[in-house]
Amino acid sequence: MCGIVGLFLKDPKLEGELGAMLASMLCVMTDRGPDSAGFAVYGSGAKDKVKLSLRATASYDFEALAAGLSLPAAGLPGLAVRGTHAIVEIPAAREAAVRAFLKERHPEVAIVGTGERMEIFKEVGLPAFVAETFGLSGMRGTHGIGHTRMATESAVTTAGAHPFSTGADQCLVHNGSLSNHNALRRALKREGIAIETDNDSEVAAGYLTWRMRQGASLGQALEAGLNDLDGFFTFVVGTENGFGVLRDPIACKPAVMAETDQYVAFGSEYRALVDLPGIAKARVFEPEPATVYFWERAQ
Amino acid sequence: MNAISPDLTFDLADTSLRELNAALHAATGESNARRWRVLNPNGRHAVAVGIAAPLTVEIEGHVGYYCAGMNAEASVIIHGNAGVGLAENMMSGFVHVRGDASQAAGATGHGGLLVIDGNASARCGISMKGIDIVVKGSVGHMSAFMGQSGSLIVLGDAGEALGDSLYEARLFVRGSVKSLGADCIEKEMRDEHKVLLAEKLKAAGLDGSVDVSAFKRYGSARQLYNFHVDNASAY
Repeated sequence: MCGIVGLFLKDPKLEGELGAMLASMLCVMTDRGPDSAGFAVYGSGAKDKVKLSLRATASYDFEALAAGLSLPAAGLPGLAVRGTHAIVEIPAAREAAVRAFLKERHPEVAIVGTGERMEIFKEVGLPAFVAETFGLSGMRGTHGIGHTRMATESAVTTAGAHPFSTGADQCLVHNGSLSNHNALRRALKREGIAIETDNDSEVAAGYLTWRMRQGASLGQALEAGLNDLDGFFTFVVGTENGFGVLRDPIACKPAVMAETDQYVAFGSEYRALVDLPGIAKARVFEPEPATVYFWERAQ
Repeated sequence: MNAISPDLTFDLADTSLRELNAALHAATGESNARRWRVLNPNGRHAVAVGIAAPLTVEIEGHVGYYCAGMNAEASVIIHGNAGVGLAENMMSGFVHVRGDASQAAGATGHGGLLVIDGNASARCGISMKGIDIVVKGSVGHMSAFMGQSGSLIVLGDAGEALGDSLYEARLFVRGSVKSLGADCIEKEMRDEHKVLLAEKLKAAGLDGSVDVSAFKRYGSARQLYNFHVDNASAY
């Protein structure tokens, strides 16, 4: 099954509540998938900085890691440790160097996502545990997506948990299973898209990243996916300023959306949306199969 | 004792769904309350399934999967949207959704009337076996797939592969049909069909407000009933 949720705010007044709303939505979806859970939140950011979402083992010494990344001129990087994850903020110009440094000196640390504003957290366990561990309900932001997994195409590991990120400020959650992911993974790797796992959903994320790298908008990338991705899927996708939804032409996996003047919300089932403010007056609808839906914020 | 007790209200915010459904199952007719109100369904699955008595149940809000499934005799009115499998395998009675219905509404229904004020998603009336379904909006792909009997009446449009592998269910669509499924064809709309359609629309509360001559009729070409090697690619 898997349960997915997403929330895209139009009203900045709700930004302080984003994490709390997303946590509530995700926890309602617990019985759609008990294996792992995760979420991405688009919070604050600075133009010349990049946030690395890093994952290691429990009680890992991220302070020491951050100290190792400091430069005399720039000082210590920004560091926020949350459980097994840490968000390290560095000057954007140093990203390549820091990536190389981490790969060579700290293979025990995984980079689960990068971006100006996006932070990703995911772990094996139930949504309530994952939301609590990482303090989701205290997070603020403009939009976010979440996932609770019932594993099918790859093992129950943290690496196989959603969301997947294969490009800066881009992430994807998926309910379904793709049948052409192996061939597509090979093709994308040749195109220079970094794909780390055997998971089919990561390939979908990589595919969209590849399309957007070629100049496509999120909407165009999703549209192209209808031709190139074979299998069952309901995707919810985030970019720095956008939020998209796509279902396969058979509409194999469920989806419900709600839109008000304040937000656009997605849930695998309507149950996930019932605690949102003003839901009784929201326009509640089922996204059509093979139809791209996306919203973008003014830059 | 035959006195009818007053209306009953179940607020699912503080009463369990099992309690509601158990009470509905225990209701046997005249000795029980006839009008039931359900508050705060909040998208819960299996609300008001398996009723087998002539009750009226009004649900104030959106429901999840399988609402009013297996219904017999009861009238279930949903003031909201319904999730997957609305009135699945309904035997008799009346189910009315004021909003939209998700996939497989009325699936395998044997009898009764299902009215959907909004749209129904894919596979509406799949494997229908005698139910009448009236959709005031449009229906999604593969609607009435393998429909055996009953009628599917759509005031709006139908998606891809309408009536695929159809048996004897009768399909009437007023708007466009994106495509017909295997062995489903357009058929002549004769007077007897207009009479039937008018009767069904009347039962759905649309007496006189809808012009029956604006509909097209679709049915089975009856070429796939029995295995025939020339049809192998169509099975």
